[in-house]
Amino acid sequence: MTIIGLIIGLGIAPTDHQQGNSYRIIFIHVPAAWMSMLIYVVMAFWAAIGLIFNARLASMLALSLAPTGAIMTFIALWTGAVWGKPTWGTWWVWDARLTSELVLLFLYFGFLSLHASIDDVRKADRSAALLAIVGVINVPIIYFSVKWWNTLHQGASISLTKAPTMATQMLSGMLIMVFAFWMYSIAVALYRCRTLILERERHTAWVRETV
Amino acid sequence: MFYWSNFSDFLNMGGYALYVWGSYLVTVLVLVIEVLRLRSRNRALRKTLISEFNETPKN
Repeated sequence: MTIIGLIIGLGIAPTDHQQGNSYRIIFIHVPAAWMSMLIYVVMAFWAAIGLIFNARLASMLALSLAPTGAIMTFIALWTGAVWGKPTWGTWWVWDARLTSELVLLFLYFGFLSLHASIDDVRKADRSAALLAIVGVINVPIIYFSVKWWNTLHQGASISLTKAPTMATQMLSGMLIMVFAFWMYSIAVALYRCRTLILERERHTAWVRETV
Repeated sequence: MFYWSNFSDFLNMGGYALYVWGSYLVTVLVLVIEVLRLRSRNRALRKTLISEFNETPKN
């Protein structure tokens, strides 16, 4: 518990930076957007493992990741809108990147509400897993949307193949924030998973002994 | 070392204060709410489990 608390404390602790203006939103916008996609892929992966091998813990992990992923997607959209207003002059446009990210949010919601709507837990796990797996197709669409379509959203500033087109200080600040968001997501998802395990395994002897 | 020469410049964010702080505030708020809700859910669950176990004798 202390370790998890520390990770959250350090994870969400602010890492500020030394340059001006509206672009500072990037330090939460980009990490949140990356996490929203990464968490989805990880969630779908565990959901698939749970579906194929009938592994209960994998399904619980997938379910634990979904709310955090939805929150990351929401943050990416919100900060994007607030950033878009001063730079593009509008809160929202129906462009490929923005729309596919919104679809991602609905995929998370769909996953969660489908799971909640089925009473039998294992059956809910399996149905939601199917939805998660089909929805994975949206992630590359989000990622490459700025290349495939002519959008208002700028292209990637960072890629694995080229040198980043950012100042070093900005880049390091952003990567630290990505790391912080990553740690936060892991900590919260694992905490949620522990709660889920207790909930579902409440009739076992070990729970009785642990609580 | 710092870009800002004083604190009020920092708060003003070059005129973008509302946008920058608006997005940071909402982010922090959402994350804090997530953690708090999760913690209360965990605690409530532990509480019910403990009282359930105390009512039913160990077999």
